[in-house]
Amino acid sequence: MPAGTLYRGREGMWSWVAHRVTGVLIFFFLFVHVLDTALVRVSPEAYDDVVATYKTPLVALLEYGLVAAILFHALNGLRVIAVDFWSKGPRYQKQMLWTVMGIWIVLMVGALYPVLGHAVREVFGS
Amino acid sequence: MATPTLDKEDAKPEAGFADSPYITVTFRIRRFNPEVSADATWEDFQLEIDPKERVLDGLHKIKWDLDGTLTFRRSCAHGICGSDAMRINGKNRLACKTLIKDINPAKPITVEPIKGLTVLKDLVVDMDPFFQAYRDVMPFLVTTGNEPTRERLQSAEDRERFDDTTKCILCAACTSSCPVFWNDGQYFGPAAIVNAHRFIFDSRDEAGEQRLEILNDKDGVWRCRTTFNCTDACPRGIEVTKAIQEVKRALITRRF
Repeated sequence: MPAGTLYRGREGMWSWVAHRVTGVLIFFFLFVHVLDTALVRVSPEAYDDVVATYKTPLVALLEYGLVAAILFHALNGLRVIAVDFWSKGPRYQKQMLWTVMGIWIVLMVGALYPVLGHAVREVFGS
Repeated sequence: MATPTLDKEDAKPEAGFADSPYITVTFRIRRFNPEVSADATWEDFQLEIDPKERVLDGLHKIKWDLDGTLTFRRSCAHGICGSDAMRINGKNRLACKTLIKDINPAKPITVEPIKGLTVLKDLVVDMDPFFQAYRDVMPFLVTTGNEPTRERLQSAEDRERFDDTTKCILCAACTSSCPVFWNDGQYFGPAAIVNAHRFIFDSRDEAGEQRLEILNDKDGVWRCRTTFNCTDACPRGIEVTKAIQEVKRALITRRF
């Protein structure tokens, strides 16, 4: 191993890394989203063509990833706000992170059918 | 049998060896010598050591018995001087406060210099930028008016307000655990903010406003991303992130 090792940070560091990564992913989504919405100004047919590709199972999977990224970023964002403004926030940051992850899992399970239901019917038949 | 006798027959000479507390531990140390090579390399050392000893004892054994060129800082060796902060198994710790048994001696123990500061040799880094940031927050009592003829009195509650941040030993474990500081050494870093906090919230001090203004800079407290690496790294158990957040909140609320 020629390089130095990775710093072994704990929950706080990894939640920060995840917050950054999801934030960048959401930015790229918004970039694409603005582009595809702007297409309607070019031609409504082109817009329909592009949006039709979004109904494929692969894009549905990406959408589920988008839900995951946005939910984490939003919930962890609330935690960061609490760390910033609540005087006891820094002391309870780990508990708040586990709460965030718990709510995240529940919401991700809840999003399974609405987001992936159509794709599953498409792939496996109804 | 009124007199206790030492029965030499019963003594087992092997027992001393069988019950030996010593175990074999591998130290994997990040070596760097600019006079030999521009690249840092890993070097393994095998030691017989009591797991109840500290990582610093292991480094001493290596330096004194195996390889005298191994370079590291240490002074008091009892967790007060703050000289031997280093990255042990990937985390910033004081070598003199880390017991071998607490860091899984079954695997090689990696020892690296702290991150974010220029490595001079082996485990020794250039601490000048770190101490410059410390000096920049004016870490001393500032008062105006006449000197009192007796001590400056302070209530127990007022003293309690900044008690946590008085414990800092300036070892740089917090500052060099901060991802923001690794990325940009211009950031004041947790240690400087902790020492500013110690005076900002001191009822006897009168330069709190000045220090807040220094930390309101673009390289000041606002760069903190609350990763809590500093709080986890502090060998004195200071709630570093909490102190930084208190300075941030003081900046937000002071004008209202």
